Amino acid sequence: MSAALAGLARRRLARDRPALAALASLVLIALACLIGPSLTGHPPERIYPDVVRVAPGLAAHPRPDEVRPALQRLAFRMRVSLEEVVQYGDRVRLTLTAQKPIDLRAFRLLPRSGLFGEAAVRERSADGRRLVAEVPIRKRVFLLGTDALGRDLLSRCLAAGQVSLLIGLTAALAALLIGVAYGAVSGMAGGRVDALMMRLLDILYALPFVFFVIMLLVFFRAGLWLVLVAVAAVEWLDMARIVRTQTLSLKSRDFVRAAYALGLSTESVIARHIVPNTLGPIIAAATLLVPRVILLESFLSFLGLGVQEPATSWGVLIAEGSRAIESAPWMLAAPAGFLVVTLVALNRLGDGLGEALDPRL
Amino acid sequence: MIALIARRIAQSLPTLFLVVAGSFFLIRLAPGGPFDLERPLPPAAMENLRRVYGLDQPLIVQFGHYLLSLLRGDLGPSFTFRDLTVTDLFARGLPVSATLGSLALVLALALGLLFGSLAASDRGGIADRLVGLAASLGLAVPNFVTAPLFQIVFGLGLAWLPVGGWADGNPRNLVLPVLTLALPHAAGIARLTRASLGEVLIQPHIRTQRAMGLSRARIARHALRGGLLPVVATLGPLAAGLMTGSVVVETIFGLPGIGRYFVEGALNRDYTLVMGTVVLVAVMVIVFNLIADVIAAALDPRLRPSA
Repeated sequence: MSAALAGLARRRLARDRPALAALASLVLIALACLIGPSLTGHPPERIYPDVVRVAPGLAAHPRPDEVRPALQRLAFRMRVSLEEVVQYGDRVRLTLTAQKPIDLRAFRLLPRSGLFGEAAVRERSADGRRLVAEVPIRKRVFLLGTDALGRDLLSRCLAAGQVSLLIGLTAALAALLIGVAYGAVSGMAGGRVDALMMRLLDILYALPFVFFVIMLLVFFRAGLWLVLVAVAAVEWLDMARIVRTQTLSLKSRDFVRAAYALGLSTESVIARHIVPNTLGPIIAAATLLVPRVILLESFLSFLGLGVQEPATSWGVLIAEGSRAIESAPWMLAAPAGFLVVTLVALNRLGDGLGEALDPRL
Repeated sequence: MIALIARRIAQSLPTLFLVVAGSFFLIRLAPGGPFDLERPLPPAAMENLRRVYGLDQPLIVQFGHYLLSLLRGDLGPSFTFRDLTVTDLFARGLPVSATLGSLALVLALALGLLFGSLAASDRGGIADRLVGLAASLGLAVPNFVTAPLFQIVFGLGLAWLPVGGWADGNPRNLVLPVLTLALPHAAGIARLTRASLGEVLIQPHIRTQRAMGLSRARIARHALRGGLLPVVATLGPLAAGLMTGSVVVETIFGLPGIGRYFVEGALNRDYTLVMGTVVLVAVMVIVFNLIADVIAAALDPRLRPSA
């Protein structure tokens, strides 16, 4: 891509407000996914067993009416019975009784729940079977609610976004490299080689690739890396075709002929003159490839064939959410929202880039 | 036209062979077999089963047998649905998937063409922007999000339509799945129509017609003829994909189509069922591409083979 076209494209893109908005929201989402999980205050895999399926909102948990049930569950696990609970401010005063002397080590369960702090024993009966303790309440905010296990949905969505975006970018990059190499070689070679390579591409186009991807995933217990390879194997075809068309039109231009006349080898003509001049349409096509890859990955993960727990992606979260849609619709809405905004923004940016980089305009 | 069809069929045979061979050997390379149970069968019973299904022969011989029976139109017995052949399974499921698919295709075409041409005739206007926004949303929201959403809104919330089930093709049961299937494709067709029709509308022959005072309807007829070509070109794979069912939609709405057979068959190592599905999809893609080519040739004389 020449410097002049790059400058022109930048000016054109600067006038394309929706494309700029798309770019801004993508940067925002990417940043949020990268550094967000450490800012939400909840590690993505942290489980709060006492605040399951909490609705999104600014309210702090546990709410006053949630304190007693949570303590009841904890007391059961501590093998004590709850005689009295008095809440004042952000502290609770517990009166506990038990059949045997109460083992103080059981109090470790309180901070482990995430909702309460270290207990301070105030009174203790002589036989140790009755105990009064003061426990601070740790208020937690779940902006997007929690899932069926009591994990913070915002942190989960952001962590899942890292995986989805990584898969989208790497697979698109892999498809880009394969497609550009194949297309450039085919276009430059011309003649029989070109015809053969294009015929092969036609055959590959007709293959039901999604079926092969599913077969690979089912049969060989694939992990993330294989999903990447499989997806890239499906998506490089368009790129190869675009690059070949561009190459064919560039091949007979004067500057390419001049490069040959100066004694450059075919390889260096491809690397120095052909590929840089096809970059515009390639960038646009690659930007449109990322959302397709992300969508494919989330489809596979939805079927349970893609990313496996404990790793997570937007597709995995959407699958969980669609199973819980009656009781907790936000479990579907939150990851679906992230996915849809990302896809719309990527598509819009790709369209904008395609127009801005179109040398014919 | 017959020459075109004949040439296309001849061209598609190597593709079909490649599909069959590729998936046949890929399945057989995979670990596990169709008769692996939690409690392994006694070796003698296993040997018998393998002999009955011909799995004890060398792989290449099995492949030859499969190709021969395929030529006779026999897809073989299913390994997991005992007593049923793959053809039986398709005979049950294909009508369901094809009904849903063809309805979705018609709906997607109607919506896509309507809103696409609306946007193209109002380039840069409000209609254009609204259609653009709706289309980019339609393309971005995956069907495994829309399906549960429709279920909860129209099935449970408003209680207008059943949440799922086939009910012998009761039209009320078809609405939500067809809508779910059609929406993303409607969005795609709308975008494509807008782009291609927009390019046709600024061409000299349309300008001339406008200058000559032709009615809007007449101009639209001329413009659509050229503007529809890219849409027709994408119809082949689209129709084939829709007719062969969707795993997601059939699973979520509990429909007895063939979309589920592939994933289920692959998980159960049901070799013949997986192969049958792949063959069916490949044949459908070839047939519908052929139909799309014929329609394109009817629309554009330049695509007709010079006789």
